[in-house]
Amino acid sequence: MKLPVYIGLLDEAEATLASSFRVVADGHGDEPDVHFILQTFAKKCDAHREALKPVIDRYGEDIEGEEEHRLTANGVKEVRSGPLALMLDLQDLYVLVNHIDVTWMMVGQAAKGARDTELQGVVEQCEGDSELEIRWLQTRMKQAAPQALLVAE
Amino acid sequence: MTDRIADIWGERTPHGSGQAWPERVDQVLAEGLTDGDVDRWVQSACVLCSNGCGCDIAVKDGKLVGIRGRAQDRVNRGRLGPKGLYGSWQGEEHPDRLTRPLIRVDGRLVETDWDTAMGRIVERSKELLASKGPLSHGFYTSGQLFLEEYYALGMLGKAGIGTPHMDGNTRLCTATAAAALKESFGADGQPGSYTDIDECSAIFLYGHNMAETQTVLWSRVLDRLDGPNPPRLVCIDPRDTEVARRADVHLPVHPGTNLALMNGLVRELFANGWIDEDYIAEHTANVDQLRSVVEPWTPEKVAETCGVQAADVRRAAEIFGTEDRVLSTVLQGFYQSAHATASACQVDNLHLLRGMLGRPGCGLLQMNGQPTAQNNRECGADGDLPGFRNWENPQHVQDLARLWNVDPGIIPDWAPPTHALQIFRYVEQGSIELLWISATNPAVSMPQLERIRHILDQDSLFLVVQDIYLTETAQYADVVLPCAAWGEKTGTFTNADRTVHLSEKAVDPPGEARSDLDVFLEYARWMGFTDKDGRPLLDWSGPEDGFEAWKECSRGRPCDYTGLSYNKLRGGSGIQWPCTEGLPDGTERLYTDGGFPTAPEYCESFGHDLLTGATTGETEYKATVQPGKAWLKALDYTPPHEEPDADYPLRYTTGRTAYHFHTRTKTGRSRRLNDAAPEPWIEMSVEDAARAGCQEGDIARVTSRRGSLEVPVRVGDIRPGTVFAPFHYGYWDTSDGDTSDGGPHRAANELTITEWDPVSKQPLFKNAAVRVEKLRSGDGPSKAPDTTASRRATGAQR
Repeated sequence: MKLPVYIGLLDEAEATLASSFRVVADGHGDEPDVHFILQTFAKKCDAHREALKPVIDRYGEDIEGEEEHRLTANGVKEVRSGPLALMLDLQDLYVLVNHIDVTWMMVGQAAKGARDTELQGVVEQCEGDSELEIRWLQTRMKQAAPQALLVAE
Repeated sequence: MTDRIADIWGERTPHGSGQAWPERVDQVLAEGLTDGDVDRWVQSACVLCSNGCGCDIAVKDGKLVGIRGRAQDRVNRGRLGPKGLYGSWQGEEHPDRLTRPLIRVDGRLVETDWDTAMGRIVERSKELLASKGPLSHGFYTSGQLFLEEYYALGMLGKAGIGTPHMDGNTRLCTATAAAALKESFGADGQPGSYTDIDECSAIFLYGHNMAETQTVLWSRVLDRLDGPNPPRLVCIDPRDTEVARRADVHLPVHPGTNLALMNGLVRELFANGWIDEDYIAEHTANVDQLRSVVEPWTPEKVAETCGVQAADVRRAAEIFGTEDRVLSTVLQGFYQSAHATASACQVDNLHLLRGMLGRPGCGLLQMNGQPTAQNNRECGADGDLPGFRNWENPQHVQDLARLWNVDPGIIPDWAPPTHALQIFRYVEQGSIELLWISATNPAVSMPQLERIRHILDQDSLFLVVQDIYLTETAQYADVVLPCAAWGEKTGTFTNADRTVHLSEKAVDPPGEARSDLDVFLEYARWMGFTDKDGRPLLDWSGPEDGFEAWKECSRGRPCDYTGLSYNKLRGGSGIQWPCTEGLPDGTERLYTDGGFPTAPEYCESFGHDLLTGATTGETEYKATVQPGKAWLKALDYTPPHEEPDADYPLRYTTGRTAYHFHTRTKTGRSRRLNDAAPEPWIEMSVEDAARAGCQEGDIARVTSRRGSLEVPVRVGDIRPGTVFAPFHYGYWDTSDGDTSDGGPHRAANELTITEWDPVSKQPLFKNAAVRVEKLRSGDGPSKAPDTTASRRATGAQR
């Protein structure tokens, strides 16, 4: 059974996303909405990891073949500078969130197959959060794009 | 009439439930004049708060010489407040008035003629449009112009230039009112009416110091409180305001915790069954989510979070839950604080849960801060599209394009409209290079003033300012345009309960000053803005043309003006929109049938997530909406982002006094008003003052992470742990007369944080952390008014 591999992936991806949110939040302190909302999102990632803990305890960690199973979505380690910086950094977060979103979907499918109601509950909560994060990132990038691409220097 | 500096609200004319508010005509004439000296009276309405009191202006020998309330007007029945009586015409007669255009030459502002000034603007504007396009232009306007002026500005910005960077200082005062109404009901529009004060059995004031911000409206409340069968009164405010002093229940919550209290009040309605199940089922959506969000907020948890008594939370909820006609009014204590939109939506929710909308006495007033803020929201000179149209609805954009006969592509509908603080951020980053500010003063009214001064002073910025005085902001301008004030131009405006008034020109403006409308029309002509057929985009010959054009724009929308005309507005009372052929007398209350403008093809907004401001989007909205039903929206409480800590142990909140309006541009130039509140102060509780070693009148330094002030201390009845500063005071009347850095600062917004509500984008002027240190002893008590919330401590606060 390979579900534990994916649960481990999720845990790691949430940790990566949390630190990426915090890097972008800190690096764009001059954009107060970005700064504060990404901190809120980072806390949500922390909460998702908390919620996963009992599930991980039950299934155990399967680290066999960890390297080959790891996806290529890396976290944001530092913010960019220049007129496109905010948009590109948000776009990186967008990729990370979408990666997590689809991972939750797949784990959710397996949880249904396994009739694991506890895991289903966790998935439901976390999927809602990633969907909100995607919508917010889209809203903010829509706002930023014309100015950044047409007039910023 | 009593002296209305000492007796702010005037003599009582009590009335009982369901009785009409008696008339009481207030009048002031210039010294030495009597009624017989007045040549003529000219109809108008007052522009020194959002109440919109009908008035007549006295004219003698071509000069403004007095004012009196209009007895026949539904808003004030003849009354006027201290600002209207002593600061309207008096505040415009000062020798400081701008009478000629100014341009910057070798770093200094020098007088010039209109053609030179307008030529400079047009040259820079055309150059930028050619090299960078429309996104290089930003417009920041006011809550004090007239409807026709906003509509002209909205058209030239949206269909002439095509920039989404338009907003007003209404963002600072009333954006949350609009946002909450859109989130709950699908469109802006005040459900209630001022006459609900006459009919209600309970009044709730949420962060609304009505006694000072709308003094005439508070007179109406006082007349109910002192009449037979008075309404019960609940006040939510950290200060011991006049409202708090008359309240049955006062909840002096910590600034920043409104949402926790509101969630608790809503929870009590559910827990005690004080809800109208049938109304909820027939007219609302989302009740289960609301119920689950508020579930944890027991009165005890609210008490702990907000610093109030659990028993008081229960009493307040019981009043809301059991009285049969409750009126709610909301203002800056909610709008300028953390979770602004979510907290204001919870007020909407209280009314929806009890089915208390659209009936006499069951009013909901998401109030406005400024006299003409409503028109800015309606006409699209702020972030909205004209006529409460939805920028996410392509059909609405097409409608506008057809109306204006322009290519729909020019109307900026591709992203959320740019809110004020984002406009200033783009200026800071150098991507907006032409900023045009009309009739407002961000150098005093915006948060974090050191930063705002730096932005206005930037080399990359070409700054145009039009105003009646050389404000702190105008001092940074490249071109200053002298404008006509109230009484010197004609136009209409709409108050917080949708009452439309006509304000007629009584006298000529001084010198070469022109109306703001003429300035916008002139710019449009010089720029050669045309429609698809090559005809001028703005071919109005004057304000009445603008009003007629606006009527067409409003047709079929919630704010329908088609039944109004200048002639109809002359002679009688103001009239409430919607006013149409079928509703010729206007509309007292909205939503009388429990139907709401939420249908996707009609609504003004598809809504937002209250935590983040993420847009819902058309697809999701259409999938979830139940057309005609209101939304019960909810958000759990989390603490505000800046809370007291060891370095900055006190909560800082800003606000208003009864004697001044906005940044004192007019009221500071009225002798009576200036004498009543001549200089800034900070208010501290007895125990906080003692801890800082401060006594009444001592000079203190107040410091936040963003700056510091040096101002006298008023030891008052504010709740312990919180410090209050009036936001009106800037620098034009200080000894060095400018905002140059280095000298001690005194403007309250030196300390405020650059942060805004995620949905309404309204800045958080009431959430900062500060410390207070004594600098030196004073030579007497502070000059804070003793007639209002700022009066010296009486020990009233717990």
